[in-house]
Amino acid sequence: MNAPALSPIVLLFAAVFTSNILLSNFLGMCSFISISGNIKSSNGLGIAVILVMTISSAINWFIDRFIMLPLGLGFLSFIVFIMVIAATVQILEMVIERISPALYMALGIFLPLITVNCAILGVVLFIQIRHYTFLQALLFGFGSGVGWWLAILALAAIRAKVDKSPVPSGLKGPGITLITIGLMAMAFLGFSGMLAVQ
Amino acid sequence: MNTPSFKQVTIRNLWSENQILIQVLGICSTLAVTNNLINTSIMALGVVFTTGFSNLTISSIKTLIPRKVRMITQVLIIAFYVIVVDLVLRAFLPSVSRALGPYVGLIITNCIIMGRAEAFAQNQPPLISFWDGVTAGAGYMAVLLVVAFIRELLGFGSLYGFRVMPQGFPTWTIMLMAPSAFFILGIVIWIAKSAMGRKKKA
Repeated sequence: MNAPALSPIVLLFAAVFTSNILLSNFLGMCSFISISGNIKSSNGLGIAVILVMTISSAINWFIDRFIMLPLGLGFLSFIVFIMVIAATVQILEMVIERISPALYMALGIFLPLITVNCAILGVVLFIQIRHYTFLQALLFGFGSGVGWWLAILALAAIRAKVDKSPVPSGLKGPGITLITIGLMAMAFLGFSGMLAVQ
Repeated sequence: MNTPSFKQVTIRNLWSENQILIQVLGICSTLAVTNNLINTSIMALGVVFTTGFSNLTISSIKTLIPRKVRMITQVLIIAFYVIVVDLVLRAFLPSVSRALGPYVGLIITNCIIMGRAEAFAQNQPPLISFWDGVTAGAGYMAVLLVVAFIRELLGFGSLYGFRVMPQGFPTWTIMLMAPSAFFILGIVIWIAKSAMGRKKKA
């Protein structure tokens, strides 16, 4: 199987805009909906997602290519990937605590949440299924993280306004949030004419 | 903690505390395949299977799991059942398995499964935990089937692949694209919440 012939830079832009991990692939919705009520925490979680996604897509690429494939352990990949993500999160937490206590205070509570963020596992599985090269995998992981960060910041800003508007009582909370996300997804569809990358 | 009866669990999971309608949990892994009823049904059945059996397993061995490592143990148990689902799909329904792609693996990170394990199986006996998992999955399945029904009917003019709309029915392309899933789920939640609110007042 060969990697798709795409320039990694094109892939980076595609991951941020045209096939945004959240708005066109629906990944990472759980924490997206519960955190986006607050702009500051959204920013913190978004940055943590970018970090973990980039690092774990790189590590998992090596594990998949040099351990799982040669040994024919493909069927174990789900377990291995999720363990690597959990370990990455744990190590990152310790490193950040050591190097920058201020950053740790800001990101601390969000890091454990990331292990169960579907977007991270999703990106890793996409990389495996599409046979990306290392550079493609790295930029795809980074781009998807940036796309997620962009989407959650935008939604948090919109929700700050929506919360003050009169909304029918049944639609309050998750209902109106989902419809807002739908409108955002439509706006992002506008980018899809630029590049066609699946 | 008191053990609720089977009937209480059923009503709570299917309607009054439905995981999607009330808590908006776990839509990540499945919303993407709701433009097609067949894929949605298979994905949702996978979720029902995984939630039920991982709840049963976790509840059976809960006294053996040290509290400190319980999250990672739960993830491993869930991953085990998801691998079973994945292998069964690959063996018996290869075309569906290809269409679902990475989304089968994403059942692992479906928040509902972790949520039920943490909130219920962790401190209840095995049999009722199994039932709780199955009904929570069924409540989830019901909502997603409604979304998929609307999207497939308007997007392709068909249900489960059979044409039901008359020839020349203009299909709604928007229904096949991502935004419509958000709109329809938002509206379904709106209707359900209004219905619940009315019942409470009466």
